[in-house]
Amino acid sequence: MYRYDEFDQTIVDQRVSQFRDQVARRLSGELSEDEFKPLRLMNGLYLQLHAYMLRVAIPYGTLSSRQMRRLADVARRYDKDYGHFTTRQNIQYNWPELKDVPDILLDLAEVEMHAFQTSGNCIRNVTADQFAGAAADEIEDPRIYGEIIRQWSTLHPEFSFLPRKFKIAITGSPNDRAAVKVHDIGLRMLLNDDGEPGFEVMAGGGQGRTPMIAKTVRAFLPKEHLLSYLEAILRVYNMYGRRDNMYKARIKILVHEIGIEEFSAKVEEEWAHMKGTSVDLPEEEEHRIRAHFAPPLLEVLPMYSPEFEDRKREDAAFARWARVNLFPHKTPGHAIVNLSLKPEGGVPGDATAEQMEAVADLSDQYSQGEIRVTHEQNLVLPHVKQADLYALWQSLESLGLATPNVGLVTDIISCPGMDYCSLATARSIPVAQRITERFDDIARVHDVGDLKIKISGCINACGHHHVGHIGILGVDKKGEEFYQVTLGGDASENAAIGKIVGPAFSYDDVVDAVETIVNTYVETREDGERFLDTYARLGLEPFKEKLYGTR
Amino acid sequence: MALVKDGQAVQDPWINVADNVELPSSGPIIVSLARWQTDRDALSSRADPVGIRLASHEAASDIASGLNRISLVALEFPTFRDGRAYSTARLLRERYGFTGELRAVGNVLYDQLMFMHRCGFDAFEIASDEAVESWQKAMSEFSAWYQPATDRRTPVTALRHLRRAAE
Repeated sequence: MYRYDEFDQTIVDQRVSQFRDQVARRLSGELSEDEFKPLRLMNGLYLQLHAYMLRVAIPYGTLSSRQMRRLADVARRYDKDYGHFTTRQNIQYNWPELKDVPDILLDLAEVEMHAFQTSGNCIRNVTADQFAGAAADEIEDPRIYGEIIRQWSTLHPEFSFLPRKFKIAITGSPNDRAAVKVHDIGLRMLLNDDGEPGFEVMAGGGQGRTPMIAKTVRAFLPKEHLLSYLEAILRVYNMYGRRDNMYKARIKILVHEIGIEEFSAKVEEEWAHMKGTSVDLPEEEEHRIRAHFAPPLLEVLPMYSPEFEDRKREDAAFARWARVNLFPHKTPGHAIVNLSLKPEGGVPGDATAEQMEAVADLSDQYSQGEIRVTHEQNLVLPHVKQADLYALWQSLESLGLATPNVGLVTDIISCPGMDYCSLATARSIPVAQRITERFDDIARVHDVGDLKIKISGCINACGHHHVGHIGILGVDKKGEEFYQVTLGGDASENAAIGKIVGPAFSYDDVVDAVETIVNTYVETREDGERFLDTYARLGLEPFKEKLYGTR
Repeated sequence: MALVKDGQAVQDPWINVADNVELPSSGPIIVSLARWQTDRDALSSRADPVGIRLASHEAASDIASGLNRISLVALEFPTFRDGRAYSTARLLRERYGFTGELRAVGNVLYDQLMFMHRCGFDAFEIASDEAVESWQKAMSEFSAWYQPATDRRTPVTALRHLRRAAE
């Protein structure tokens, strides 16, 4: 993991002092709320429906046990004993007092964390594959580049007042677990014909009211030119992105309006001036950062642990969990463990202080002190010995973190919706809770198989509904909540935007509609077909018929 | 309105000349891009210095060809949200080699001064009674920077290794 040196620490500490001064000016009345707004937004502090909300960055989704303990501590001391993990690998605190926020940021700075640029029209927290450094299918650890981008984008003098917010995601694997194609810039690592690693650079993806899949700006970028190329893209966006209408200000609209060819030509022209200048990271600095992400020294073990295999045979509940919550580790005899934050009836992404502390302890005991946060709002222990899985599972069970549903119908992404958010037009958390209650039979959930439901409480799409296999969008119609349902969305390397299945459903009816869709799939699927396969084969029609046929 | 240049409060010798006003016979003047383009001959042959004021949508490349005759460029920030002038400033300095005064005008806020300075601005029109104090405080809030920029403050990405090489 990356550790701050004195320079990193200085920048974070100075940011806290700067913000303490800004808060003091607000509390004394020297700054009005309007004047304070752009300043607090630069530090991830929002004014929500009921209170301020503080969004803390978890760069590329990696936490140490020490950092996780501190997040728990902040939840206890300054909030209501819980935090909310978001789709952008951030954690949000929903109830801090303004006067406490500088102290919270200071506590976080002590463990090398911050809230830089978690809001505002700037380069946001960079996100990455949650299995980075552990997955068998990756070319390189994407967090090396995540940290390079974190540093480069922090307080960037030229790109802190962009037309709109700007999100970058990276995957080091051909199997995209970071949804890079629905980001302003998506970076996918690949090898060129000479076997050298570099990036496919994509731009113009995004969700919101105008969902778009990112297009390729450059098919192969040598990795040493990453920063100059990013700088070229950002400059083109900063100069040409629309500023007349905030709903048309994201880079996706620019790419769409001028076309990817012209956009790429502008970027390449800009890059020709920047390539190889000091903007590109010095080689020794790349080596320094890379060294921080050296793989942990894991014990060399046989491919299969007999103990693990025996336990699975003996304990059906453990076997069920192991079937869906584990992912192959690149080191034989190890596994990547997903901790579900989606218990039946729970709030997707919420974790209590007690859970956070326990996860920190478990990571020390079983996973090299490392924890990951996923964009699907779950947690991960990335480096666990197979022989330890049974004991770990038992601990997770007692903490309510072993729901065996990762990637399944009840592993729902949901935005906070009208329970917290001032932009929301409908509730989303209660819809997620009701779906998990409807699908409370775990055998049925496993039988249904891979199915991603994603729920947004407004058109801004923070709950990623456009790329849900089943997407649910809450809208307000004359004071009543309705839910528009889309099918066939996909956030993977085969990214697709879902299609609207038909007229929206009421709050009362939407869970029935989801169940009808799931049942229709189960009735019509052919051998081995996942939901998306059946949908690809049959399209919307059979689902429409079941949902609306009798009306 | 106070003008801070290179960290000092200075009297502004420049006169902003609106497009519909006749050019004064002498003295340093600032005109719009449109005026520069239509009256270029008259402006180029003036004995006294000429400055250009660029709106945020106007590009550095629009004045690149005549830059050797221009002594000052004023870049407008119509609102603090409009960040185009940061790119314009860097292009003028880094790509087109402009060495004259680069002045930030419009919605120039305390919390942006550091970003502006890093992008090559050396003069700031600040709406504050304590403009110089404000400027000095803004310059002191941070002492380390990650990116190389126009201001040539050595970024930490280089400092780390300069230090190591010296050890």
